[in-house]
Amino acid sequence: MHRRTLPWGPLRGLALASAGVLALSSCGGGLGDDDAGGGDGDTLVIGYVTPQTGALAPFGEADSFVVDQMTEYFADNPIEVGGTSYDVEIVVKDTQSDSRRAGEVAGELINDDGADLILAASTPDTVNPVADQCEANGVPCITTVAPWQPFFFGRGGTEDEAFDWTYHFFWGLEDVEAVYQDMWGQVTTNQQVGALWPNDPDGNAWSGDFPGAVDANGYTINDPGLYENGTQDFSAQIAAFQGADAQILAGVPIPPDFATFWQQAQQQGFRPVIATVAKAILFPSAVEAIGPSADGLSTEVWWSPQHPFTSSLTDQSAQELADAYEQETGQQWTQPIGFVHALFEVAVAALEEAGSTDSQAVADALSGLQVSTIVGDLDWTSGPVPNVAKTPLVGGQWRAAEGGEHPFELVVVSNSEAPEIPAAGTVEPLS
Amino acid sequence: MTWVNAVVQGILLGGLYALVAAGLSLMFGVMRIVNLAHGVLAIGAAYLALEVADRLGWHPFLSLLVVVPVMAAVGYVLQRGLLDRALRGGELAPLLVTFGLAIVLQNLLLEQFSADAQRLDVGSLGTASIRVTDGLSIGWFPLLSAVVGLLVVAGLGQFLARTRTGRAMRATSDDQEAARLMGIDNRRLYAIATAIALGTVAVAGVFLGSRTTFDPGAGATTLIFAFEAVVIGGLGSLWGTLAGGVVLGVAQTVGAAIDPAYGILAGHLVFLVVLAVRPRGLLPAAVAR
Repeated sequence: MHRRTLPWGPLRGLALASAGVLALSSCGGGLGDDDAGGGDGDTLVIGYVTPQTGALAPFGEADSFVVDQMTEYFADNPIEVGGTSYDVEIVVKDTQSDSRRAGEVAGELINDDGADLILAASTPDTVNPVADQCEANGVPCITTVAPWQPFFFGRGGTEDEAFDWTYHFFWGLEDVEAVYQDMWGQVTTNQQVGALWPNDPDGNAWSGDFPGAVDANGYTINDPGLYENGTQDFSAQIAAFQGADAQILAGVPIPPDFATFWQQAQQQGFRPVIATVAKAILFPSAVEAIGPSADGLSTEVWWSPQHPFTSSLTDQSAQELADAYEQETGQQWTQPIGFVHALFEVAVAALEEAGSTDSQAVADALSGLQVSTIVGDLDWTSGPVPNVAKTPLVGGQWRAAEGGEHPFELVVVSNSEAPEIPAAGTVEPLS
Repeated sequence: MTWVNAVVQGILLGGLYALVAAGLSLMFGVMRIVNLAHGVLAIGAAYLALEVADRLGWHPFLSLLVVVPVMAAVGYVLQRGLLDRALRGGELAPLLVTFGLAIVLQNLLLEQFSADAQRLDVGSLGTASIRVTDGLSIGWFPLLSAVVGLLVVAGLGQFLARTRTGRAMRATSDDQEAARLMGIDNRRLYAIATAIALGTVAVAGVFLGSRTTFDPGAGATTLIFAFEAVVIGGLGSLWGTLAGGVVLGVAQTVGAAIDPAYGILAGHLVFLVVLAVRPRGLLPAAVAR
């Protein structure tokens, strides 16, 4: 009997992992092209795929705010495409943090909702299956909030063989490597780095790329080995870091694993001078959950209210958009707000540039698009690979704000990679 | 010292696993119900403790005074209202019902508390430790959770062995028909067993919620490790569950000391080996059929 009970837990994880493949095989073929891109005459249908529930839900937290804002905006400002004015209908689909489902709902958007254009955001697990589905069905697709390498190389893209329908904007591993090293360089250490890489797509990419990238600057990565997400005890890693006298901590753990690690590190007396942690401490809620010991942790910053950019649609500055979010939701701003907003900016720019709602025209417009958005200037003609436009990346440190509006504030402390974004301080060593 | 440290931390972790698994073990031992909602219920208890701690400004451990009785009451009603009916539907029905319950509960938690990570704040207890020697420190919090795990298992064992209700539970578990002939109301007993199980789940939830962050989806991992502890130890045997938890915890930490990639894998392997070699577990249950 117990054997029957097993598949629930482990297989969920397995399903997540193998999902992209399944989604493709189940939804790829047999669908007439005439269904695609066939919205109503004067209404454009924009599909938006995002994880609103499940493990990735914090990424989707800003979605309803931005979608509401955009729905309101489009009600007052129909899109002008080739002299015709179009109403816009935004259809939102929740992936439930399951990459197989992400592919399925993208298929639904294409076949049932007649989406003219599909947007998707948040982690390769969401972005890749949606983009694959769009590529297979010939529907233009814009994605973001996933490093560009997994989007491009992870889907089999090469310098010669790029994609026809799917376009992406975000930063890449090379940026996060540069930003982290700039932050490490701001404090005095022995240049020994303890690496907390999980055995997932992020951990695999980082562990493969980081050592070579930081070696030239004298940093040594001490990597005890990739661990499984959900690990309940990190004494082995902590012992290894202490053995190597690592004064720098770097990692890309999921939030609960980092909370487990950080609490145990303090029990075991491991206290690095600087800790640069991706993914686990992106969101204020996760930082608050870690508690007082989160003060001084550093992370990469892709968007903040201090970014000197304005929306091409609403003319709001980054600060104004963040303020509107905080007022509307009563929650602290999070980084995805800007990027989800920018998705719609890019969508509008591409449609206007195309001058037609024809799928091919929109895809062609995307391939050469240049647009200034609330996340920076995007340029698909000068990306590292075709289909990709890069956004600027800076580094930030979480600081406990005594008596402030929020318990922790994210302060930009490194802008070596993007000097146009003002830094508000320098890295303070962990006490 | 690496190995000593790995084993010590593994034993402490195992104590926590036993604490989490005790309720699962009890429900299986008495009613043969594999409660797939076990993990989500523990997370639910953590959210309840969070609410109590937030609203009343209580320490999470003090909130147990409220959370344990509430969860026990939930258990009683759950058994009477839902699981009893499911039990009449055959062996598979309770499994499906608890599976469905897990999904419903998880989504209710998501609706109510959003996907934000949360944590119960136990203050400096969370990070304090005893430094034994170089390379071996024992955290107070892991130590406390292991001791509580031991106490809960011992307490349940005493209850089953020494009290009239406990003996009646074992009798019902051994032979339901004969027990009923002796005038034992098995449905009342089942409800009490589930109430007790969920009371221990409440304690487990508070410890889980204090040691790391949790969100509505955190129950799945919890369930797997608890489940493995129960199977390794022997289905339905409480002391077996304690042993199973410790074996699982030590396997994970020693595996991780060899290579971090082998941590969780080592735990799963031990689980599979036990299933293959001793399918009834390390300490087959006195209460098992």
